[in-house]
Amino acid sequence: MVKRTTVPRGKDNDAMGQTGSAIDTSRIHDIAAGIRRRVLDHTLNNNGGYMSQACSSAELLSCLYGGVVNLPPADAPLLPKSFVGTPAPGGINRATGAVFHGAPSADHDRLIISPAHYALVVYAALIETGRLDEDALADFNKDGSTVEMIGAEHSPGFETTTGSLAQALSQSIGIALARRTRGESGKTWVFMSDGEFQEGQTWEGLQAASHYSLDSLRIIVDVNQAQCDGPMDQVMSIEPLAEKISAFGWDVHKLDGHDVDGIIAASEAEGSKPRALLCFTDPVRGLPLLEDRAPVLHYLRFKSEDERAQYQEAYMEMVK
Amino acid sequence: MSFEVVARPHQENFLAWSKDKPQVVVLSADLTNSCEVGVWRDTYPERFFSMGMAEQNMLGVAAGMAREGLEPWLHTFSVFLYRRPLDQLQMSVAYPSLPVRLVGFLPGIMTPGGVTHQAIEDIAILRAVPNMTIFEVGDATEVESVIEIAHAIDGPVYIRQLRGEVSRIFPREEPIIFNHARHLSSGNDVSLLTSGIMTEEALRALPLIKDKGVGVDHLHISTLKPFSDPQVVQSVSNAQHAVITMENHSIVGGLGSAVAEVMAENGVGTPLQRIGIRDTYAHGASQKYLMAELGLDARALVTAVEKALGKSLGISDDELSDARIIDVHSSAKAEAL
Repeated sequence: MVKRTTVPRGKDNDAMGQTGSAIDTSRIHDIAAGIRRRVLDHTLNNNGGYMSQACSSAELLSCLYGGVVNLPPADAPLLPKSFVGTPAPGGINRATGAVFHGAPSADHDRLIISPAHYALVVYAALIETGRLDEDALADFNKDGSTVEMIGAEHSPGFETTTGSLAQALSQSIGIALARRTRGESGKTWVFMSDGEFQEGQTWEGLQAASHYSLDSLRIIVDVNQAQCDGPMDQVMSIEPLAEKISAFGWDVHKLDGHDVDGIIAASEAEGSKPRALLCFTDPVRGLPLLEDRAPVLHYLRFKSEDERAQYQEAYMEMVK
Repeated sequence: MSFEVVARPHQENFLAWSKDKPQVVVLSADLTNSCEVGVWRDTYPERFFSMGMAEQNMLGVAAGMAREGLEPWLHTFSVFLYRRPLDQLQMSVAYPSLPVRLVGFLPGIMTPGGVTHQAIEDIAILRAVPNMTIFEVGDATEVESVIEIAHAIDGPVYIRQLRGEVSRIFPREEPIIFNHARHLSSGNDVSLLTSGIMTEEALRALPLIKDKGVGVDHLHISTLKPFSDPQVVQSVSNAQHAVITMENHSIVGGLGSAVAEVMAENGVGTPLQRIGIRDTYAHGASQKYLMAELGLDARALVTAVEKALGKSLGISDDELSDARIIDVHSSAKAEAL
């Protein structure tokens, strides 16, 4: 069944505590603003960045890191380690960036990041929530660093290597099944992008999670309807996405991806099936300037000094 | 030459071996009985995961389970472990070097199922995948003992496994040893390296060849990656006339190529003859028919030795015909595949 989760009329989306949830929504809005600001700052300084992904997913990731996912606490912001080498038999170099999500426990949730090109946005969210040192972005895409442009399992916040898209869901099913055999109560969350629903493996995974009634599994999807070549409905349509996933035996919540209260409500709703939060998003939210580049929004690189100056001005507005 | 034939050696052995290993789980992709784990499923249902015909997902699920401390043993036909889900095998399993066991059945031309079911280039592809360990078994003793050496490896393992009616060539008390070939005979004329079912085939021809006064140094290879057993260098270095490899696989990228690399790296200039599938696909037919058609049989070995020595050995077809013929409809298999 597809549910349209909306906040009851008359409630102020920006006010704290209105949803009945223990989650502090004003903090989530602050985190989201911080994500956009940091990613724009980085894009300005490096003449390039995955800006539209920050605009579309800022509220999703701020919700996930701001309390929707019950991550173990972080004692202090960590500095990322340098890259020490690729994993090898015997447990060599098998440590992952999950350390930034705190020490895993049976009762806590896990969060697996699937679209690895959202790395910059994930790093910004980790910084905003006190899990990653803010100087880490200085190492972004630098030789010998783990703060890679396309996150891999050694990168902060990552524990799988999913730059080849649609592989995180299957791995998360394996993680959730193993946790179930141990009787763990924590949920396993996967952050996904809508483009991944063009891959057959995603549907194999949805089918398997349903077959195993894996109600501890949650996916939250940034449905920004855009991909590398342009708008998804021109590249390869996936609609009606909600109905398809629902037909695969999942609880599907169709949401406005910038509606923090709606995301929280859907995450806390009752349900006994694996759950999908389809968050329809605006890839230019919070940075209307980007609209000039539509429909190709996958990567922002300034075409002129004039354009850069306009974005610099937008940044100055953000930090006011 | 004849050997004891064992029906379904993997079935009972794996069942008993995994009894007290709660971390061992089996994932299967709709070929459970065909891969001799139907009884296992019924015995340990809570540790058995049916993944359906969805191998890409199966490889990922296995990776997630391995990350959480389980030891997944995937059972399906070889082709469905490395062809369709190769990206998943590489990125979800091999890169993180997770202890996932890929138990692949129907190596090479062992099935009348045709090209879709015949894994003729699996070793070539998986040798090129970092972190992989590759074993190929040649008899019932190795079918049974390969489980323990795979289990000992903290990393991904691919096993070219045999099923159904399997000859016992090596004594039960002489299990497979990691990265250590079995030295089956000594001689200075020819160095012969065989793997999988080709060892049994070679053993049919070798008494006849040796009777003609030819000295054959014979190694049975069961670890294809890593490929650093010093016995290999020693054997190929001592050969006076030729080095011959014999494999149930393409001559590109498998045992023959691995031996060629060792020879080149060690400056061994002896001519090398690779017996195997000569860069072609096969088709649906019986094992015996395909072995003769593709030149993978005892006759092919005799011809290679004759070429090396530059003379005929005068071995007749009748003398070579003492081959074990496996019934396609054997009761030791779940279906005729």
